[in-house]
Amino acid sequence: MWDIIQNHYQLLLLGTFPQGPLGGLALTLVLSILGLCISFPLSILLALGRLSKFPPVYYLATTIVYVVRGTPLLMLIFWSYFLLPLLIGNTVNPFVTLLCSLVIYEAAYLSEVVRAGIVALPPGQAEAARALGFGRAKTMIYIVLPQAIYNMLPSIVSQFASLIKETSLGYVISVHELTSAANRLNSELLTKPFEVFAILALTYFLVCSTVTFIAHVLERRIAKRRQGQSITPSRVHRDQIYESQ
Amino acid sequence: MAFLELIEGGYGQQFIKGIQFTLVLASASWMLAMVVAIVLAAVRNLGGVWLQRFVTLYVAYHRNVPMLVHVLLWYFGISNLLPLAWQDLALDHGGEVIFAAIAIGLCSSAYFTEDIRSGIRAVATGQTEASRALGFGSVSSMVHIILPQAFRAALPALVNNTVVLFKNTSMAMAIGVAELTYVTKEIENATFLTFPTYATATLFYIGGSLCIMLIGEHIARRLQFRGG
Repeated sequence: MWDIIQNHYQLLLLGTFPQGPLGGLALTLVLSILGLCISFPLSILLALGRLSKFPPVYYLATTIVYVVRGTPLLMLIFWSYFLLPLLIGNTVNPFVTLLCSLVIYEAAYLSEVVRAGIVALPPGQAEAARALGFGRAKTMIYIVLPQAIYNMLPSIVSQFASLIKETSLGYVISVHELTSAANRLNSELLTKPFEVFAILALTYFLVCSTVTFIAHVLERRIAKRRQGQSITPSRVHRDQIYESQ
Repeated sequence: MAFLELIEGGYGQQFIKGIQFTLVLASASWMLAMVVAIVLAAVRNLGGVWLQRFVTLYVAYHRNVPMLVHVLLWYFGISNLLPLAWQDLALDHGGEVIFAAIAIGLCSSAYFTEDIRSGIRAVATGQTEASRALGFGSVSSMVHIILPQAFRAALPALVNNTVVLFKNTSMAMAIGVAELTYVTKEIENATFLTFPTYATATLFYIGGSLCIMLIGEHIARRLQFRGG
């Protein structure tokens, strides 16, 4: 196992980078960071839609969230593969296809996290802001959202871990991320499938447990900071939010 | 209509076969996941330090590795370590379904364990103390008193993870299990009727997920009525 890592770590970490396109673990991380950055603003919009009192917006947002929660990510990837070229009128490379489906999928799940954060905030916060003359939009942007998102940071970080795991589906449409790189390595070596896939699993384990660990530290720190305050938001239990795996 | 073309081409039959595979795979891995999860959650509460550490590691490992990697590891890696006679047996009898069910089941069991554990924590400690005082042993108080109540608390999370498990059966296509997603891809390749093919499959997945959510809500309501 050790000699496989020693001889082929470059393929797993960077793909064929200096000579060819970026791949391996680096591409996995690029995909998940881009995915989180793009899906986060979308998820706030969706969460606001879910809390809207205007029926068409509410129903639209709710339908989007439920449809995405009921569809396997793999099906979303196939849809993007088929629909994106039709929408753009040009061929789309697999990287963009995967990124697009990840963004849609994560936006739906993250929106539930953001919504839970908004709902858990004591209503006094919004009432005080309104009493001080803030408009509805300003209350949301300056008072409610910053606190809600701060409180939900641990959940957002653990969603990031899910996102890293979901990028592994790039294997199916041959985006050259970590899982594809390992698969290519496996077909090069031919005789050591267990070793190769065990290395793959361990790599994901290390990366994702680091991210999960950060989420735990954040959670403890935020809980401590909130303890001293007179207004504590009602605690959101992790398992009340529907997280993707 | 393009949908009619699909049915006239005899692809309806293929769809139904795929759906059957998906359902079999989902229920097999769900049962495996549930049994393992109940045992692990009980062990985590009752077992010694080393057993508890093992459960923690098991859960962390399965939660931090993508399900697709589990499926690939079981199908290509672990199957390769088995004795040759077993490998041939698996090859002849559709081993990919078995390996997919094991991989998906074990991976989901980690999530189920966490759900049940937080359910157990939601049960008041007085319950354990009372049952112990009444003469139940530690195992039988877990089985008869704590777990039934824990399930009620854990139900929403369990339902959500069951939906995720149902959707995740689509990953089995990566190793060639002929479940719905795989069949969908095949039909699309054969007919180029991309839109109706994908729409049929997607509707089935959404319908199935909604059904699981509704059943979950129904059970939750009944439990509440009885429990009070």
